[in-house]
Amino acid sequence: MTKYVVKRLLLAVLTVLVICAITFFTMHAVPGGPFNREKALSEATISALNARYGLDKPVIEQFVLYMKGILHGDFGVSLKNGREITTIIKESFPTSAKLGVSAMAVALLLGTVFGSTAALTRNKLPDRVIVFLSTLFTAVPSFVLASLLLLFFCIQLGWIPVWSQAEQNYLLPIIALSAYPMAYITRLSKTSMLDALGQDYIRTARAKGVSRFKMIFKHALRNSLIPVITYAGPQIAYIITGSMVVETIFTVGGLGSKFVSAINNRDYTLIMATTIFLAVLMVVANVICDLLYKLVDPRIKYD
Amino acid sequence: MENNQLPKKHLLSAQLDLSKFSAPQFEAATDEEKRQQDVMSKSTTFFKDGMRKLFKNPLAVLSLVILLLILLTVIIAPMIIPYSYEEILSVNGKRDKGAKNLAPFTYSEMEQEYIDAGGTRFPHIFGTDEQCRDYFIRVVYGTRISLSVGFFASLIVLIIGMIYGSISGYVGGKTDLIMMRIVDIIYSLPDMLIIILLSVVLNEVLKFPSGSALAKLGTNMVSLFIVFGLLYWVGMARLIRGQILSIKENEYILAARAIGAKPGRIIRRHILPNCLSVIIISTALQIPSAIFTESFLSFVGIGVKAPMPSLGSLANSAREGLQSYPYKLIFPAIMICLIVLSLNLLGDGLRDAFDPKLKR
Repeated sequence: MTKYVVKRLLLAVLTVLVICAITFFTMHAVPGGPFNREKALSEATISALNARYGLDKPVIEQFVLYMKGILHGDFGVSLKNGREITTIIKESFPTSAKLGVSAMAVALLLGTVFGSTAALTRNKLPDRVIVFLSTLFTAVPSFVLASLLLLFFCIQLGWIPVWSQAEQNYLLPIIALSAYPMAYITRLSKTSMLDALGQDYIRTARAKGVSRFKMIFKHALRNSLIPVITYAGPQIAYIITGSMVVETIFTVGGLGSKFVSAINNRDYTLIMATTIFLAVLMVVANVICDLLYKLVDPRIKYD
Repeated sequence: MENNQLPKKHLLSAQLDLSKFSAPQFEAATDEEKRQQDVMSKSTTFFKDGMRKLFKNPLAVLSLVILLLILLTVIIAPMIIPYSYEEILSVNGKRDKGAKNLAPFTYSEMEQEYIDAGGTRFPHIFGTDEQCRDYFIRVVYGTRISLSVGFFASLIVLIIGMIYGSISGYVGGKTDLIMMRIVDIIYSLPDMLIIILLSVVLNEVLKFPSGSALAKLGTNMVSLFIVFGLLYWVGMARLIRGQILSIKENEYILAARAIGAKPGRIIRRHILPNCLSVIIISTALQIPSAIFTESFLSFVGIGVKAPMPSLGSLANSAREGLQSYPYKLIFPAIMICLIVLSLNLLGDGLRDAFDPKLKR
């Protein structure tokens, strides 16, 4: 177990390093420095600015400096408005986290409920409906769903107010964000539930007269939940990228929409910082999922 | 050697010595026994058998039909419709300023006058957009772009993944270990973020000489393909490696090796054809995910370049006038869903038909 944990953590650290390197060096490949403006600055000013931000040093040294800064929680300043990026992240991340965590919770909860229901009513009406809907929703990109939800519920019907700082209604963004993971988890948890129901211990339980309720909740569901943990990992990545789109559409002022506007403004330092921040988040989430999976199911080999 | 003379029996052989028997001692086969040797129906190949199973699956057939219809429309429509995707509408050579944001199947005032005067005007099936361009043809071109991006991206993924995976799987040992560690690292990278990052940078860095084929395609498209080629092949490589590892153990591979076939030939002639079904299925399932990614990038603003439409960028630009012109969102949105859904269902159908083992 310890060996596996160490190996997994090492891989994670290596991944984070690779991400930082890719981010830093690709951003360095962009022609033109950060001080390229419409109005050309004088040579002296540019070299002074370069010296001020350490841009006159060799690239490798700059990378080391940048990494040191990140480890101290300093991502530099935004190119567009000169604000500290750390402050921007601190301000906008809680909103995104709230949205993302609730979407993930909804997806996990409803996904397993729907999946298990479908497995228990195999080839009957509820199963058909659930399978149909989950197939449908895996084909709808989050931005399409988000735009359509906004169109129908906020604009056409006017049931739900458009998101604003004063009136924070998370309902539609959560639906838009959780639809795809929910559909995905539904499909997979249906299979794992069917798998669990076909096991010998279920037959044994039924043979000795365990009630259906107890059989489903105590024996089948518990075992079918184990693989769901592995599906959760990749879905977190989906939720993080999906939140960019959903936040932009619903004008929720989270980190995702900040990222999209940074892309459109070509705000390179902010793009860099957000990429690294979100990537580390994804890697950490994946590690937690992996370790949790091994922890929950002792039958799995640690190789 | 004479015909009826049998080869000499080896001293220790357990074979019957046929020379000691004569014809009457053998019982002739009855008609019924002979009939057992009859071939009842034509033998089918693996491919034909799979296709037969595929066509028995109504969902797969339906999605195949829908895809073919979309493909036909996308090919034929630009030939019939007299507008082009970047053409700003004009009547009699004069710019038609009233043709802005028309609803489906309506004409602007200028066009109406022209029709009243006896001219014919092709109807705007999906209306027009905010820059007075025919929206239907834009959606058609957007579909074209999205489909071809999906197709070519999957092709790139397939080629790279196949070469990498087969080398890694076949050679094995230390090479395999190192190659698979590289795959592990790329696999654990958050692909979407790296794609966004690379697209942003490549859009700035890539500059093609004007007039060349690459320049026509646009930097965004090229960077999209580069990004796919760099990141998405790892899944395919893993899959093919796994397949090869299991196929490699078969006797016919040993036989091929024994008669001196070269590794390249063994991979090409003996191993790859045997994992073809897995390859086809995962390629088919790769296309919708590539379309997803493309539309996402276009939506974020780093997909295909401005006058050229893609379904994602059409949906994105439709957001501005969402309140007044919802159909501009709905048409490309439905198109994406339809394409992805039918490709998904077709992929599932292919999987069930060609490789029931994979069914989950």
